[in-house]
Amino acid sequence: MELVKPAFGLVFWMTVSFLIIMFLLKKFAWPVILKALDEREQSIAEALNSARKAKEEMASLKSDNEKLLQEARNQRDLILKEARDAKDSIINEAKGKATVEADRLRRIAREEIQNEKLAAITELKNQVANLSIEIAEKVIRQQLSTDDKQKALVNDLLKDVKMN
Amino acid sequence: MFSNYSLITLSKKSFLSFFLALFIGLGFFTASAQDHVDHSATEEHAAEATHGSEDTGHGEGLMEKFNPGAMITEHITDGHGWHLWGEGHDAVSIPLPVIVYNPEKGMDMFMSSNFHHGHDTYNGYAIKNNSIVAVNEQGSVPVHEATINEQLTASIYDISITKNVVSLFISLILMFYIFTSVAKAYTRREGQAPKGLQSLIEPLIIFVRDDIAKSSIGGKKYLKFLPYLLTVFFFIWINNLLGLVPIFPGGANLTGSISITMTLALITFLITTFNGNAHYWRHIFAMPGVPAWVLILLTPIEILGVFLRPFVLMIRLFANITAGHIIALSFFSLIFIFGEMSTGAGIGVSVFTIAFTVFMTCLELLVAFLQAYVFTLLSAIYIGAAVEEHDHDTHGHDAHVEEALIV
Repeated sequence: MELVKPAFGLVFWMTVSFLIIMFLLKKFAWPVILKALDEREQSIAEALNSARKAKEEMASLKSDNEKLLQEARNQRDLILKEARDAKDSIINEAKGKATVEADRLRRIAREEIQNEKLAAITELKNQVANLSIEIAEKVIRQQLSTDDKQKALVNDLLKDVKMN
Repeated sequence: MFSNYSLITLSKKSFLSFFLALFIGLGFFTASAQDHVDHSATEEHAAEATHGSEDTGHGEGLMEKFNPGAMITEHITDGHGWHLWGEGHDAVSIPLPVIVYNPEKGMDMFMSSNFHHGHDTYNGYAIKNNSIVAVNEQGSVPVHEATINEQLTASIYDISITKNVVSLFISLILMFYIFTSVAKAYTRREGQAPKGLQSLIEPLIIFVRDDIAKSSIGGKKYLKFLPYLLTVFFFIWINNLLGLVPIFPGGANLTGSISITMTLALITFLITTFNGNAHYWRHIFAMPGVPAWVLILLTPIEILGVFLRPFVLMIRLFANITAGHIIALSFFSLIFIFGEMSTGAGIGVSVFTIAFTVFMTCLELLVAFLQAYVFTLLSAIYIGAAVEEHDHDTHGHDAHVEEALIV
């Protein structure tokens, strides 16, 4: 029966010393250990989390880069296109301006030519007139050089008049 | 789905409880068998003692017949000295302080060696059946000449530092050393991987925290009870292991001592009782949703259950560990029983005995952990049931059935 009969002394020492050890461990061991474990678990969780985040960031960075590159490419194309347009417009403008200038020059030249021509014609007319007068003078002089010729002329003229 | 789940847990729990019942049954059986042997042994001793008183010195010379019952009982019970080796007068044991209080003489303290292995009285005390009794004779006289003062014996308080108490102190010092050094390792090696003792203890602490405390006690409440659960787990485990060591610092049957398991169970009981919330008590005294006529039957069962749970905790640990010790010792006894017939038979049997003891010790290593686990887990479940907050009443019944099965 001794085996299943609690002994007062043992219960006494057990109660006292178990409570003491529980108190001591609760004060010196468990909080330290549990806190360290919690902290470690947290730090592991955080590390995993941040690794995941870094991975995500990397992916987003990569896609960002891609986007930037694409944008740059687009920009380049746009600039090139604009440059081409600018070139074309400049050329066209220049061409237009050149045409206008040429036209103007041609017109002026034409006018001048006209003027010159007119002046030349006038001069020619005057010369011709002078020449004609001189010729006429010479011709008349020759025709009227003798009396006979003068009388023939007057007869001729009178003939005409009679006819009228 | 709910019912399915509870069915599975139910069958698992009932499986567990079946095994526990088996263990307890075994424990009781061996205990009572032991008791019987013990009785006959003491009677034999008494007879021998009276014989010895007639012609002193005759009994000592005779070769005493090997008594396995007495040997096993001596090993698994407490003692006022730590027996190392040898028998009778040649026995070598570590004397331990005897501290006795009695209302007539007050406090008394002396070494157990004064009793000369229980053969003599000292200072008005003697050892009979492993416990201190008061005798009328003062000074040192042979036990068989002394007369026991029954009235005084009933009123003495024996708080001697017995074998189990020494073992208790050793284990507690060991625990204190282990856990303070582990705690120190955590502060010293902050943020680093565990090393040495730390890495041995860490998974166990996490196991107790996550699989015992957190899973049995809901919410953040487990934090409050975790120090107790950790302490009780490691106390039982370390003492179970020390109990398996056959030489001096170990070998005491501490966790197989009813006094120890009773104290532990009592602490669990007190924690459960003082932390029980209104819901817990309502479920005990008036289970909601149960017809009044059933309550007449149910309430006494529930009230009985409150006391039964710590009682079963006490018996389970005690029986398991004691049974393990008894089995190991019984196998060793075989060697000597056969050895008494012939030396050759003893040697022959010893081969099988040692083989089987090695196997049993491996099993006991498992049991050492398992019992620490079971005790802590059930403590946690009882505490969990006491502090549990119920939001939904539909679950209440299922949970209750499980609780009842755990007992």
